[in-house]
Amino acid sequence: MRLEPIATPSVARLVGLPAAAIGATLAVGAGLVLAAGGAPLAVFGLIIEGAAGSRFALLETLNRATPLIFTGLAVAVAFRARLWNIGAEAQLYLGALAAVVLGTGALAGWPAAALTVVLAAAAMAAGALALLFPALLKTRLGVDEVVTTLLLNFVVLLFVSMLLEGPLKDPRAMGWPQSARLLPEARLPRIVEGLRLHWGFALALIAAVLVWLVQTRTTFGYEMRAVGLNSRAAAYAGIPVGRVIAKTALLSGGLAALAGYSEVAGLRGNLTLALSPGFGYTGIIVAMLALLNPLGVVAAAIFVAGIFVGADSMSRAAGVPSYIADILLATALLAMVLALMFTRFRLSRG
Amino acid sequence: MAEILDILASATFWAAVIRIAAPLIFATLGELLCERAGVLNLGIEGIMVAGAFAGWFAVWSGTSLWQGVAVAFAVGMTFGLLHALLTVPFGLSQHVVGLGVTLLATAAAYYTYRLALPQVTTPPRIEPFLPLAVPGLSDLPLVGPALFAQTPLTYAAFATALAVALVLARTPLGLALRAAGENPTAVEAQGLSVTALRIGAVMAGSGLMAVGGAFLTLSAFNGFFFEMVNGRGWICIALVVFGAWAPGKAVLGALLFAAFDALQIRLQQTALGAALPYQIFLMLPFALSILALVMMSRRATVPAALMVPYRKGER
Repeated sequence: MRLEPIATPSVARLVGLPAAAIGATLAVGAGLVLAAGGAPLAVFGLIIEGAAGSRFALLETLNRATPLIFTGLAVAVAFRARLWNIGAEAQLYLGALAAVVLGTGALAGWPAAALTVVLAAAAMAAGALALLFPALLKTRLGVDEVVTTLLLNFVVLLFVSMLLEGPLKDPRAMGWPQSARLLPEARLPRIVEGLRLHWGFALALIAAVLVWLVQTRTTFGYEMRAVGLNSRAAAYAGIPVGRVIAKTALLSGGLAALAGYSEVAGLRGNLTLALSPGFGYTGIIVAMLALLNPLGVVAAAIFVAGIFVGADSMSRAAGVPSYIADILLATALLAMVLALMFTRFRLSRG
Repeated sequence: MAEILDILASATFWAAVIRIAAPLIFATLGELLCERAGVLNLGIEGIMVAGAFAGWFAVWSGTSLWQGVAVAFAVGMTFGLLHALLTVPFGLSQHVVGLGVTLLATAAAYYTYRLALPQVTTPPRIEPFLPLAVPGLSDLPLVGPALFAQTPLTYAAFATALAVALVLARTPLGLALRAAGENPTAVEAQGLSVTALRIGAVMAGSGLMAVGGAFLTLSAFNGFFFEMVNGRGWICIALVVFGAWAPGKAVLGALLFAAFDALQIRLQQTALGAALPYQIFLMLPFALSILALVMMSRRATVPAALMVPYRKGER
């Protein structure tokens, strides 16, 4: 048994296999619901209703999608250059940290526009540097960045926890480890007054378009793809591989940090250790489902956010544990990468 | 300084080192098996969670402790099979599949836990493995209580390390497995199947990872709670690199790591611990792992075909 490349895959293959992957995911989901003693169709209905059944639900989904667009973009640009950034969670928290360090009083009196620019830039710088370190370890010493970025997630979370219980602790928080609130003029306003959706979402969409333009229309984008496809060939062609990886790391870390900035400035107003329920890790799923395409990331992030928001609301109504969302997404991810492989290869004997 | 010396001279410290090292030894050996055969298994963190849950759940449902370990091993092998099928014959990205398996295994454990125990706030306890004193040896000063008054599953960790080292170094199977990770074409030329060897290695390795997880619920503690694996899987991946892909060195690495971990727990209770935020101490294991990776980077002897999918007839 071996895999044989298919020169021109048929339309049936290109459409049918991803559809089969979705079908398999739904079948797994139905099994899980049955195991919980529920009715699959009713539960799926509740998930869709909870994700998009009302204006409130839809806005909640878009709010939840915002950080996922940023972390999804961060992972997509890094993976495209084969820089395995599994540390978006850490970069997100460092971005949030930079925002509260500067935004809670240090720059009091600055105009809102200047505050917004400075906070976002500081957040990006913090996240960018956080990924530059493992990227340099990779290019200079050959240390695998998968493990270092994963381990750094734990270091950074403990560092943030230390600051929240120490110098950054809000004295008015009754002993709860949380930072002071951002100055009102440092907050990202809502897009429409009265609705929860904030400008972070618009910022995420702009970021997606910009990343797409960089990847498809600039030399740097071309270099990133070349390094990702075959770094040896890229080096032979005169591309400075180390420098391209370092620049990719700065871009990826900065994007992930914007997720933290936008959550603090747009949604929560302060920093706690509950800021991210794993947005950095979920960004990996978003990026993979989007096939690392920056514009696809937007759609994938909204889809993934919808599953989470819908499952939360379903879980309250139907009593099926909300962890079903994580299982569905993991299954969708594995089924989809398998299906996409089979659009390019077929099994043959011999 | 005197405080550190006091700690190092106590038998309870060394007993703790062995206890902390044991689950890491199981899981590190598991990852080592996968990687020596050419497959990076990032499913380790999730497989440890699934093993911790499955072992505990079996015992809580009425099986014996050793049956619980067997259930954990079987669950680990099942996730290993999934990982291996996707990465070996189908050649999918080992990074993506590994992270997917980690998410799947973790979520499956949590989902089942919530189904089985919808309302509990404190996890139900089980009767865990009890220390088994080796007659005679356990009465030795210092080393007696540290080495010879551990639980049976702890002894099993070291026995497993010996077995894995012997199989890898001294048997035809071990040679074939190592060759699958170094030079798969040569294995195929011998008439052996690279695919079968790699699938077998990933399944056995994943079983060991799950037993490492089950050690937490059946020997180190006596119940299952969320987040209990807490990055141990990722640390084991670092330990494989630190141990230069050799079982003996990996065990030494796990012991060294456990010594630092046991030391930081005890230092937290000293005057130094009172002066520093506790997070500094909790960061140490992760920071040390990164440092270890950096130190070993120059001398690493990575299996040549690690992360390279094997396709018959291709060069």
